[in-house]
Amino acid sequence: MIFINQIVQGVLLGGYYALIACGLSFMFSVMRIINLAHGSLAILAAYALFVLADRYDVSPFLGLVAVVPAMALIGAGLQRAVLERSARGGLLVPVLSTFGLSIVIDNLLFQQFGADTRSLAPYIGDLSYDSWSITDDIAIGKLAALTMATAVALLGGIQLFLNHTQLGRMIRATAEDSDTVGLVGVNARRVNALAAAIAMATVAISGAFLAMRATFDPYAGALQLIFAFEAAVIGGAGSLWGTLFGGIVLGVAQSLGASVSPQGFFLAGHGTFLVALFLRLYIGDFGQRLRRFVGKPA
Amino acid sequence: MSARSTIVIERWTRESRVALAVAALAAVLLAFGPAWLSANSVDRLTTLFIYVILAVMWNALVGYCGLVSIGQQAFFGLGAYFAVRLADSGVSVYLSLFLAAIIVGALSLPLSALMLRLKGGEFAIGMWVVSELAHLIVNLDTLINGETGTSLIALNAYATDLRRALTYWCAFAAMAGLLAVVFFLLRGPIGAAIQAIRDNEQAAESIGVRVTRAKRTIFVLAAFGAALAGALWVATAVTFQPKTYFSPQWTAYMIFMALVGGLGTFEGAILGAVVFFAIEAWFGAFGVWYLVGLGAAALVFALALPRGLWGWVEDKTALRLLPVGYRVRFLGAHTAANAPPSERNTA
Repeated sequence: MIFINQIVQGVLLGGYYALIACGLSFMFSVMRIINLAHGSLAILAAYALFVLADRYDVSPFLGLVAVVPAMALIGAGLQRAVLERSARGGLLVPVLSTFGLSIVIDNLLFQQFGADTRSLAPYIGDLSYDSWSITDDIAIGKLAALTMATAVALLGGIQLFLNHTQLGRMIRATAEDSDTVGLVGVNARRVNALAAAIAMATVAISGAFLAMRATFDPYAGALQLIFAFEAAVIGGAGSLWGTLFGGIVLGVAQSLGASVSPQGFFLAGHGTFLVALFLRLYIGDFGQRLRRFVGKPA
Repeated sequence: MSARSTIVIERWTRESRVALAVAALAAVLLAFGPAWLSANSVDRLTTLFIYVILAVMWNALVGYCGLVSIGQQAFFGLGAYFAVRLADSGVSVYLSLFLAAIIVGALSLPLSALMLRLKGGEFAIGMWVVSELAHLIVNLDTLINGETGTSLIALNAYATDLRRALTYWCAFAAMAGLLAVVFFLLRGPIGAAIQAIRDNEQAAESIGVRVTRAKRTIFVLAAFGAALAGALWVATAVTFQPKTYFSPQWTAYMIFMALVGGLGTFEGAILGAVVFFAIEAWFGAFGVWYLVGLGAAALVFALALPRGLWGWVEDKTALRLLPVGYRVRFLGAHTAANAPPSERNTA
């Protein structure tokens, strides 16, 4: 039963990973850019919520009403000032510029808030520890369930938005070929700025859940980026439902690893990532070769 | 006028011959450093040599090969770890520095089979995950005592002055050796191959460049170099704390040095290391603001001046001090014009 509990907790943890990976995956699928400042921006949103809660007694959920639009604006500004220029410089430049940006954000946060670890848990009342007992061994935390529900709603919402709205179609068309959409009257720059704004809005939400379920400090962004990236790669980069699947696989692996040894949490997570990578690169290719072989008679 | 009589393709120029002579003279002077420099200067120069190794290795990987890695601290940390491990098991301490780098270089070979299939940002963060994993695995070794770390105790066998001089010579030899390897590698067929890959991988492959082999050579060399730098660093710092060595901060330093000096220029990486060394000496005490400045500089250079300070000098003046490429010079009516920017970096 303990074993099953580990899996249940892992699946719920996966909800958080899906949430943090959502923005990264979305940005990659639309703009072909991996934003290395992704984790640092989530921590920035977490600090914004912390300041609102700590100094102005604003509940984190109410705080999101201000922080989500603010992060969306930052996203659009980021696209205009950094990502757009970087993307023109080829594959290298976005990696370098967004990594530089993450160093700037991390250290400015450190300058402002110091090394203390913070959490939003004290500001959300009993939600942070309340749970439903399923059996004697299995309990589902309310916050964890809310995280998972938010992840599913967000991923589903983005999927619906991309498939069934005019704007969603414009984003997908721009992702396919940003020069050609210009010919049919789509302003590719504006669409990309909008996509970056959406990505950063999801980053604000994931920052909120990170801060509610755990502690954070100014340098916590790097690990969030890595978790987001692992979930996205395990699930298959660029696919939104795959991201949910990847997050759950990562969460379950970490949860099971942690039950084996204290270091097992991270070891199992990174190990699963490498195995998934290996499978994608070698077996994926193998599958293609097999199809080609079968399709082409000797 | 036929094209043949008006165009000269050259590699060495008068300036570059002078530069090579100056570099050789500097090398000879530096080789005898401990004899004429103060103890403090010897220590500081040892640090500079390690920075040059890091910058040149990262530049070879990124500036020439087009592979941005955020995980080179994996090799840096593993180099330091294996040096500590080997010295603990009885290997002579200075020999263990170089053996550690060879072990890490060998380990990077199978790793390259997996990682080199990734592109762009995926490769960058994938390498970061590898460094996190290496950090965790090193922590499992009881010799290291987890994050508390350990020391390179074997160094105590040497008197302070002798130790300082030996570490200096090791760092100098490592730097000179790696610079020479990169210099000749870039001038040879591998250099032409990796730059072709950086500029357009599919096109390079289509004209018969062996993409995987060329990338793997540079990947392993960069891993070896970073490991050697890590091993040398533990020889100067004595203490080994995994967290310090496996920190992405090292990659931030490498990015700064290569970007500011000049990505994809041989001289630029050396210049970048010197600039970084000077900035650290002057502004290192500012702590957090110093790091903010490094990050901001990397961001600004990536966007506005991606070929760095030296790239800018090259574009303005067509100056090549240590030429790894060729250049085209027009005679006759065009005598005054040196290589136009479009001809730069022709390998």
